[in-house]
Parts: sequence; C-alpha cells; structure tokens
Amino acid sequence: MQSEKINKPDINIPPELQSQVAVTTLDRIYNWSRASSLWPMMFGLACCAIEMIITAASRVDFSRFGMEVMRPSPRQADVMIVSGTVTKKMVPQIVRLFNQMGEPKYVVAMGACASGGGPFKEGYNVVSGIDKFLPVDVYIPGCPPTPQALLHGLLVLQKKIEKEKLTDAEWYKKDFHEEIPIPILGPDLLDPRKFHLFKKELETTTEEFLIESDAKGEEA
Amino acid sequence: MEEKVLVSDLPALDSLYPEKVILDTRSGYGGFIVQREFLLELFKDIHDVWGYDMLSSITGVDYFPEMMEVVYHFYRSLGGGALVLKVQVPRDDAVVPSIFSIYNGAEFQEREAWDLLGIKFDGHPDLRRILMWEGFAGHPLRKDWKEAYYEEDTKPFSSRWPEGVAEHAEKKNLFKANVKYPDNFDPDKWIASGEEALYLGLQKSKNDQDMETESIVINLGPQHPSTHGVFRMAALIEGEAIIDLKPAFGYLHRNHEKIGERNTFLQNMPFTDRLDYISSMSNNFGYALAVEKLMGVKPPERAEYIRVIMAELTRIVSHFISTGFLLNDLGAFFTPALYALKERELILDVFEAVSGSRMMCNYFRFGGVVRDLPAGIHETIKNLAFERLPGKVDELDQLLTGNEIVRSRCIGIGVLTAEQAINLSATGPILRASGVPYDIRRADPYSIYDRFDFDIPVLYHGDIYDRYLIRIEEMRQSIRIIQQAITQIPEGPVFEGKPQYQVKVPAGEAYGRVEAPKGELGFYVVSNGQANPWRYHVRAPSFINLTSLRQMCLNYKVADVVAILGSIDIVLGEVDR
Amino acid sequence: MGINGIVKGLGITLKHFIETYWVDIKYKGKRYGTESGIEDRKSFDTKGIFTVQYPEEKIKVPEAFRYIPFLVYDEGELGEKEIRCTSCGICAKVCPPQCIWITRSVNPETGKPVPKPAKFFIDVDICMNCGLCAEFCPFEAIRMDHDYEIANIDRFAHHIYDLDKLLKPASYYAEIRPTQFKEEEDARKEKEAKKAAARAAKQT
Ligand code: SF4
Ligand code: SF4
Ligand code: SF4
Repeated sequence: MQSEKINKPDINIPPELQSQVAVTTLDRIYNWSRASSLWPMMFGLACCAIEMIITAASRVDFSRFGMEVMRPSPRQADVMIVSGTVTKKMVPQIVRLFNQMGEPKYVVAMGACASGGGPFKEGYNVVSGIDKFLPVDVYIPGCPPTPQALLHGLLVLQKKIEKEKLTDAEWYKKDFHEEIPIPILGPDLLDPRKFHLFKKELETTTEEFLIESDAKGEEA
Repeated sequence: MEEKVLVSDLPALDSLYPEKVILDTRSGYGGFIVQREFLLELFKDIHDVWGYDMLSSITGVDYFPEMMEVVYHFYRSLGGGALVLKVQVPRDDAVVPSIFSIYNGAEFQEREAWDLLGIKFDGHPDLRRILMWEGFAGHPLRKDWKEAYYEEDTKPFSSRWPEGVAEHAEKKNLFKANVKYPDNFDPDKWIASGEEALYLGLQKSKNDQDMETESIVINLGPQHPSTHGVFRMAALIEGEAIIDLKPAFGYLHRNHEKIGERNTFLQNMPFTDRLDYISSMSNNFGYALAVEKLMGVKPPERAEYIRVIMAELTRIVSHFISTGFLLNDLGAFFTPALYALKERELILDVFEAVSGSRMMCNYFRFGGVVRDLPAGIHETIKNLAFERLPGKVDELDQLLTGNEIVRSRCIGIGVLTAEQAINLSATGPILRASGVPYDIRRADPYSIYDRFDFDIPVLYHGDIYDRYLIRIEEMRQSIRIIQQAITQIPEGPVFEGKPQYQVKVPAGEAYGRVEAPKGELGFYVVSNGQANPWRYHVRAPSFINLTSLRQMCLNYKVADVVAILGSIDIVLGEVDR
Repeated sequence: MGINGIVKGLGITLKHFIETYWVDIKYKGKRYGTESGIEDRKSFDTKGIFTVQYPEEKIKVPEAFRYIPFLVYDEGELGEKEIRCTSCGICAKVCPPQCIWITRSVNPETGKPVPKPAKFFIDVDICMNCGLCAEFCPFEAIRMDHDYEIANIDRFAHHIYDLDKLLKPASYYAEIRPTQFKEEEDARKEKEAKKAAARAAKQT
C-alpha cells in the first residue's frame, strides 16, 4: 500500500519486482516520510480538543497514519492542531508555542472557532480565527468536527505535504526566519505588527482609513 | 438512603430584622433585600443561627441605569430550598462588603463579579481580575460596555434579513480584528502591568525551620498536558512541598454570559452545550429548568423520563472520562482512559442518534425535548444499561481500585474535611467524598428524581481515592436509575404545546439548578418580559470547586497537585465560560 | 507492598488482548471492511478491536446527525431548481450566532418582495451546527447535511457558503434523512388531499 505513494507513477516496474524495488524521487521520499509521521502537539483548547482526543483513542485511532506520538512539548511536534476557541488571553501562549516548534511545521485549524471565531466570535475575549496570527494549512469546519472529519482534515494535510518540493522548502534557505511577534495583553489585545495603525488612527479618521485600506486590499 | 429533609420554613427575615431587611416585592422576584451596612452582620446570623452554611452562588446584576444588585443564594447542607438575599448599590458606588470571612467559597465568585461588572468587594483579600487580564479596559458585563464587534443590543440583528449580505465582522474594524482600544491609546506610552500581582498574591509563609530554604514559584499551564485544557496555576513551593497555590483562569473565557444576554432564550440552549462540553445534556437540563420555572410550564411525562435518562447517561460519560484521565495524570499512560473512552463512544452513539450531535446535543426545549427517541434507540439504551455498562464499570473498578500504585498515590492525598468542603462551596463528588451526603437530586429534588430508587454514595476521608470511589459508585447508581427509567417510560408526547422559536417569558428571576456530574450547576436568569434574558448567569461547578484546590494542595508535594486537580474533575469550558 | 491489584489489572488488559484475536477468528477475517463488521463494532456487546478504519471504512452516521445546513430544492420537470425557501427569514432570526444572511428577492417592476431568496449565505466559520434553523423552518427548506468531509486549505475562498453551494436536491435530502423526508412528504400529501377534497366538496 505504502509503496504506491512512494513510487513514481510514470515508471514501470515489472510486477514481480514491485515488492522489492521502488523508483522514486528525492522529493517524493522526503514528503512521504514526513507525511507519514506527523507528530501532533498535545495541546487542547476547548470542546474540539475532546474530539481530538477521541481521534487519538481507539474508535478512530490516528496512529494508523503515524500520528500517535502526541507531544506536549512544541520542540518535538510537527503539526499544531488548534482545537478550540482561541481567546485573547491565550493567544500569546499559542504564538509562543508555534515559534518554538521546529521547521517544517504545520497548523491545522480544527473547528469553526479556530478557523474564524466560531459561535463565540462576537465575544470580547475571542480572536476571530487563529489565522490572524499563524499561517494555517488546513481548515476543518464543524462545531465540533467529528473525529472522522478531523481525520479527513489530517489526510488533506498529508496530501498537501506530498505536493511540496524540496527545492522550494523555505526552511532550508539561508536567512529563513519565521518568528511571529508575540501579541501583548494591553487594554485589549495588542498585535505588534499593527502598531503603525495607531499612528494612522490618530491622524486620519476611521472612514478615510477604511477607504485607503480597501484600496490596498485585504492585508494578510 | 439518607432521610429526606423536608423544606423547612424560610426565616421571615423581614420581620426579624425590620428596617434592615425588606421583602423583594418586584413581581416575579423573591427573597429579601438587605441594607448594605447590615450585610455582614446578617450573613453571620444566616450562617450561625439559621444554618444556611452553603453559599451556592453570587451573581452581580446590572440594572442599568438604576443600580447594581448582588444576589446571593444560600442553602443548608441538610437539604431544602434556597434563601435568596440581595443587596442593592448605586452604579457609580458599587461597593459591597466581602463575605469571604464567613464563606470562603465566595473568593472566586466575588472576583468574578468585580472583573465582569466592576462591583468592588470591600475586605476581599485578593481582589484581582479573574477571567480577563489585569489592565483590560472596562468591565464587560456592564450594560453600557460595548465590545468591538457590537452590532445591536439584542438578537436577531436586523442586518441579517431581509437585506443580508455576508461579510466578516472584522472587515468593519479598523484593526481588522476583534479589538477595541480606549480613545487616544498610544502603544508607545503604554506600560504593562498585571503578572506581578499574581505572584504577590502568593503569600510567603513563615520559615521557622533551622535550615535556610528558599521558596520558589512554579507555573503549571496553561499549556500543560495534565491541566485538562488551558488551566494555569502558580504554586509557591519549598523543596517539594506546596506552601501556597493560586489558580489563574480565563484562558478559555468565551464571554458566555455577555453573549447569553444578547441571545434570545432559545438561542442560549446550544450555547449551554459548550459550557461543560463533556456533559452537554446536563447543561441543557439546568437551563431548561430555570427558564421553565419562569415560564411556568412543565414537560410531559415521557419527556421527563427521557431527560432523566439522558442526564444519567451523561453522568456516566463524565465519570468515565474523569476516572480515565485521573489515571492519565497518575502516569498510567492511556490504558484506563482508552477503556473509558470506548464505553463513552457507545453512549455518544446514543446521543448522536437522539439529538444529532455527539457532544453538542442541544436536545432540551422549554417544555420538553426536541424529538422523541428514534426507532431502535430504546432497545440500545436498554442493552447498554442492563448488559454492557454494569460489567464495564465493574471492570474499571477491578482494573484500578485494588491497584497498589493507585492506592499509594491517592489515599490520604488532597484531603478536604467536611467543614472545609462546605465552607468552600464545594459540590458534587468532592463534597460527598468529604462526608457530606448532599446531592440535589435528593436534597432539593427536581424533575422526577423522587420516583427512582437510588443511593447517594458518601465516603468520609475526603482524599483523591474517595473521590474516585464516589465516581465509580455514582456510575452504578446512575445505571440503576436508567434501568428503572427505561422500563417505566410511558408513551406520549415529548413536548408541551407547539414548538416556538420566540418564547414568551414573563418578567422575573429564576434560579434553576441540577446535580451535574461535576456538582451543582445553576442558572440564574432574569427576564424583563422581552425576548432576551436581562441577566444570564451560570453557577459553574468546576469553577467553584476550584476554590478548594488551594486547601487540598497545601503541604502536599508538587507531584500530587496534578492528581488532586484530576480528582476535582474540571472542564475548562465551564471554569472560564 | 503487595502486587495483587497490579496482577489483577494486568489480567484485564490481557483479556482485552486475547479477545481481539478471538473475535477475529470468530468472524473468519470478515470483520474489517464489511458492513456487518462495522455494525458489530458499534453494537453494545462489541469486543476486541474497536477501531473503524477510516477512510476505508466509515462509521455510518445516524439520520439525526447534523453538520452544516443546506438548502433543499425540488427538481422541476425540466430540470430547473425549485427552491423551497421563501426567504421568510425565520432561520436567520433563530440562528444563535447569527451566521445566516438572506437577501429577499424583489420584483423589479413592482418593487414588492417575492418569496424567493436572491442571496443566501451561511458562514460556516461561525455556524455552530445547532440545527435550530432546520428545526424551525416552516417550509422544510433548510436541513442539516451529513457531509463532514469538507476540510480545505483556504477558508476565505470556501467558508462563506452562498446559494450555489448550499442548494442540494430533494433526492439527496431523501437519501440522507429517509424517515424525516417520508414523514414530511406524507404530511404534505395528506394536506393536499384534504384541500382537494374540500374543494371538491365545495363544487358539488
Ligand atoms: S468549534 Fe464548536 S466545538 Fe469547537 S471549540 Fe468552537 S465551540 Fe467548541
Ligand atoms: S426559514 Fe426556511 S423558508 Fe424561511 S428563510 Fe429560512 S430556509 Fe427559507
Ligand atoms: S445550524 Fe445553527 S448556527 Fe448553523 S446556520 Fe443553522 S441555526 Fe445557525
């Protein structure tokens, strides 16, 4: 089964040799090995975390995909499953954990809350989606996503990894440095990347600003 | 079985303390209103003379623009109904004496009222913000405080229909995020504050030993595999021993109450699922009871039976999880938890078939339940209750109870005496493991629990082991209840009247409480006759049970803290709401 | 310190271990990938391996299962979509997190509202799958979907469902919720029959 993934499809290997020989590319073997041993971080936020635990438990059991090693330490984890509501009080810690993970690292936003705020979006302590701070690779809608839905999301992530190229891998580049500034708890959540906006606020009125920023397009 | 205590007459406080206490005569309201100056004196009497030794909940209510009110619910640990006392203060001088010195269980609840409503409690030993962080601008539950995504005071929003076009709420915000700052806020001039206060709050105890030792502060969480979510505590330790400990909350504060006050009554139902997300059926139950009290409706027979069955299944689910994960915390990596989760899955299949969702059931309505049991589920529940679950509880029992490691890690650790437990407002298995036979299903029966034959298990050591044993025994009792209910369940309708999305709730207040798996879950709802509750407060058992965490941990070792926390059985969705 | 308790506990684990093989032998290798095998793992007396091997095997969801809502349309004779929704707005009003947006159609000539939605959005990043919209829709026009395999890599492109994405045929509805669909169809037919009878009675 696995050799199907690892074999380069356009090369014909005689059937009698197929169990012994595999012709592949470096990319393929590299991606295959990474995708088949994704170690998630053991880290739960809210209700969705319970479904994540169930995905790890015997009913669904994602160890069949090499994901059973849930690590509480970010240093040993490859994928961060953001499982639940991201609150303003918690987001500095989440960003810090993400910064501490070794490359290559992936983020899965599990559930409505982590993707875009969820049912509690209007609340004063809720961040509208973890992608305001972290680069998210896979979004899984649902509230909560059932264990099978989470597993489907993780399989989507595997497929995504399998498409990556070693030559484009940013984390091997020389001056690669991806650290996300940690938000600060001020009178409300302060994002250091947006400090310049305060200056703007003082200068321009809100309306002018909105027109301006609409012209520039949605910022990432 | 414990004697059933009949509800004794409430003391007629207004005639006993004339001029200082008056009857609350607003229509739909009950209880007494106390003069602020007289509060402490009266509460001492309430506690010592009248025997109302359990403080259930403290709720701040903002009657904008007139006044602030603090509502206290007291119970007797012998059973019986509530004594409701209120104190009213002006909004701009919202100061109330702290009752911490009489009821230690008030500690976190008073902090919560300060944090969210800005009511100051005079004499509170450590009045800091609890759910939001120190330095947050404003007190969010005040009616004149508006959040960044504020649209309208009440739902439904008029922008949704008939001319609704979807857009992300953040688009409208200057910062493209859910944030709002005070006017002219300048980050360059801003000075951080806050974290030190937590550490200062830890008292240094006197060091009277000969040897010089140094106490250090350690932090557990919010990202820690054994804190059951995003819970955090700061402990002051000397060597291995805990000399003080403070929990820090709010990492999952989802503003349940603020959103709840904007929602219509019905819209709150699915939100209650997300409180204690392991036992959503119990949450539905409590909320439905509170609103039904206001509306004066009663569900039909069959619905009552279904409710009891679901609530007891939930209790089994919750206790399975808590037992499994207690063992995880003790280091038995995953085997007991996996066995427990397997049984939970089978029960969740029932929930899914009945309500449509495994965890977020949203199954109760005011006056019944959503739909009848689908075909075949009656059989499944019967099979589970008679064939499967009793054996599996026994199996868990055999696997763990006699285990020497479990025994030596749990016996005599984290002791809470009966007096302490009552005074700290502990409820649920914790209270019963400390020797107080208090279970709302018996002490203040609701729904149809008085029809079933079941025992309230009580143990007397108050340690982790007893809490574990109580949970195992409670599962057996729950199975007993389900067995009786599923055989007696009558045919008939499951909903009283016609399902409506806009229910009429008369003005007034109501406090509905149920014995949730974690303890007393109460909903305090104030209606002013409109479609939305004016105040919606949740008395969350896991949150209030944590008040006793410090007492349980004192003088034990660091390694025990994790197990003690596991034995309290918290769910963060409910702790932080 | 004795070890009785530990030995007893290990015995239970061993029992679980052996049971797995025992059940496999009983099923003669037909336990995995077969309908009856999955059914067995869901039943109340399941023993041995409990895992359902998603994605090869899937746990069948019950009829009441709810995920994201969808809008039902009836297929007309010429294959056109007859949307059941009349844009009455009840679902938008009842939705707890307010994640439904509806624009009502307006007749361009008279300016009067037409009972058809011009636009219909559901933001699945907010939707809490509570099912209230489906519960209170008076026209059986919005129902809860069973499809949970909708993970994707770009929420801005995919997560605000519009009319195109929400519409699904009534045949699909009948497939995922046969009992409910049948009940509703029966009720409707009965109503129509009654109406017809009343009309007939009037004419004579
Ligand atoms: S998406 Fe739903 S289930 Fe998941 S954390 Fe948010 S509210 Fe809870
Ligand atoms: S309730 Fe039903 S008919 Fe009314 S707008 Fe919603 S989907 Fe359409
Ligand atoms: S399922 Fe609930 S949250 Fe989702 S659209 Fe329907 S009413 Fe709104």
